[in-house]
Amino acid sequence: MTGPHETSVATARPSGGKPGRSAVVCSGLTYRFGAHTAVDHADLRIEQGETFGLLGPNGAGKTTTIRMLTTLLKPMEGGVSVLGINAADQPMRVRRMIGYVPQLLSADASLTGRENVELFARLFDVPRKSRRDRVEGALAAMGLTEPANRQVKTYSGGMIRRLELAQALVNSPRLLVLDEPTVGLDPIARTDVWEFISRLRESADMTVLMTTHYMDEADTYCDRVSLMHAGSIRATGTPGLLKAMLGDGATLDDVFRHYTGGTLDDDTAKRGIRDVRRARRTARRLG
Amino acid sequence: MSAAPGVPPAASAEVVVASSGSVTATLLPPPDTPLAVVRRLASRIVTLCWVELRKIRHDRTELYTRAIQPALWLLIYGEVFTRIHAIPTPHGIPYLAYLAPGILAQSALFIAIFYGIQIIWERDAGVLTKLMVTPTPRAALISGKAFAAGVRSVVQAIAVVILAALLGVTLTDDPLKLIGAAAIVVLGSAFFSCLSMTIAGLALSRDRLMGIGQAITMPLFFSSSALYPEKIMPGWLQAISKCNPLSYEVDALRGLLIGTEAHLALDAVVLVIATILGVTASALLLPRLAR
Repeated sequence: MTGPHETSVATARPSGGKPGRSAVVCSGLTYRFGAHTAVDHADLRIEQGETFGLLGPNGAGKTTTIRMLTTLLKPMEGGVSVLGINAADQPMRVRRMIGYVPQLLSADASLTGRENVELFARLFDVPRKSRRDRVEGALAAMGLTEPANRQVKTYSGGMIRRLELAQALVNSPRLLVLDEPTVGLDPIARTDVWEFISRLRESADMTVLMTTHYMDEADTYCDRVSLMHAGSIRATGTPGLLKAMLGDGATLDDVFRHYTGGTLDDDTAKRGIRDVRRARRTARRLG
Repeated sequence: MSAAPGVPPAASAEVVVASSGSVTATLLPPPDTPLAVVRRLASRIVTLCWVELRKIRHDRTELYTRAIQPALWLLIYGEVFTRIHAIPTPHGIPYLAYLAPGILAQSALFIAIFYGIQIIWERDAGVLTKLMVTPTPRAALISGKAFAAGVRSVVQAIAVVILAALLGVTLTDDPLKLIGAAAIVVLGSAFFSCLSMTIAGLALSRDRLMGIGQAITMPLFFSSSALYPEKIMPGWLQAISKCNPLSYEVDALRGLLIGTEAHLALDAVVLVIATILGVTASALLLPRLAR
């Protein structure tokens, strides 16, 4: 049950980065909120060019792992490096390489779509000369050229998510980090967002790390996945391999149940403090 | 096409190559020389002020509603107290003229003291997290927001200046002095917005921040020289006024706009130091908000 069940898979995708340097390496990564250990000695290696899914129920430690990777939290034990650079030691260098889309829909509603993207172009020091092209390119890549001059308060949930992807892409990140990219979206918007992410994956050379608790999405869109439960990584491999090991007709859900002994929905007791707080905050926001 | 991030939908093999080229170009981090640090700070301040100006452009309602209070202070309070000559003014200048810079500072204070609400909203909406994952040091993020509050205050101050001029107050027409006054308004607002963001970092909720903001605004206002000269205050109030950055802001504004004797250098130094302390305090508390 314990220990990472590594099932490695060769990365078939072309990669423009330095060979032999993984996109993300977590070793013994640990974070506690008071007495609650949110991430418990997690080990993880993501190769360049992969679309990697970090799966697990709410409170499994996915978001905390992401927050350490994105330099928002400093690991209490162990460490995480992005393309060979330690996130705790050189946060600025790591931030320059990543595009991050958080769990909540979080564009500035009082600005237009284009202004939202331009803001991030400026914050990432995209040179003035190429700023305009980059902003338009990112908007076009996410199919937002037409509504770009409208204030974001008129956007639908799916459009806001695409706008956030455009914001993250304007810097041409080496690693795109998506925290629950489709949570809270209706099924049509979910498919729509995935279509855009997939197109992006076909055309751009970048690593995508996403967290999700939708097993079907992970199965369809990820090259490899890790199953996370109660703060530790329980299994890693391609969705196909993980399923095959359980026998014919197994789903990722079954795999998950096999490694954690629980189902995805039956996780209330294991929920971290953070998620409860966030849920409350979201509830307050929605009135 | 190589400049396009993510590269448009119509993908091809060359596009991949081209895009990876531009990707590696962004990899080179700028060196962390002192000049680069200052330049980044300046760039973030410019960026966040730009955002603020865009927001004002999209929605001017706040600009108009916020003009009502200073208008009342000048029109009703100012006119009445000018007439009854209750408050001694230096060189016997009309009280309304004496009051105008004080009300200007007050309206800037009102904007800045509630500016922290924005950062709490951004935290609740997840925007703050996203901003903190950009290569923007905390102090630069706070400074940017502080100066953005300053920009909003200056736009508001213009309304008060116009109003005062309409009421017959003779204000300076020296462009340098006007620019100086704008700079003082920016500095004062930067400090008070940092105070607000510091409280935001401690209170962590919009309601509490509103409450604390309401509780401290009027004491700050009344314990400053905005309405009356320090000379006529009781001793204890004079002591408080001497510690109140608003007094220095008002002193400088009066000197620049009305031409009363002012301690411009001291005022500027006090406001700059207060702003630096404010930025430091709120930057230290920022991780609490982002947690």
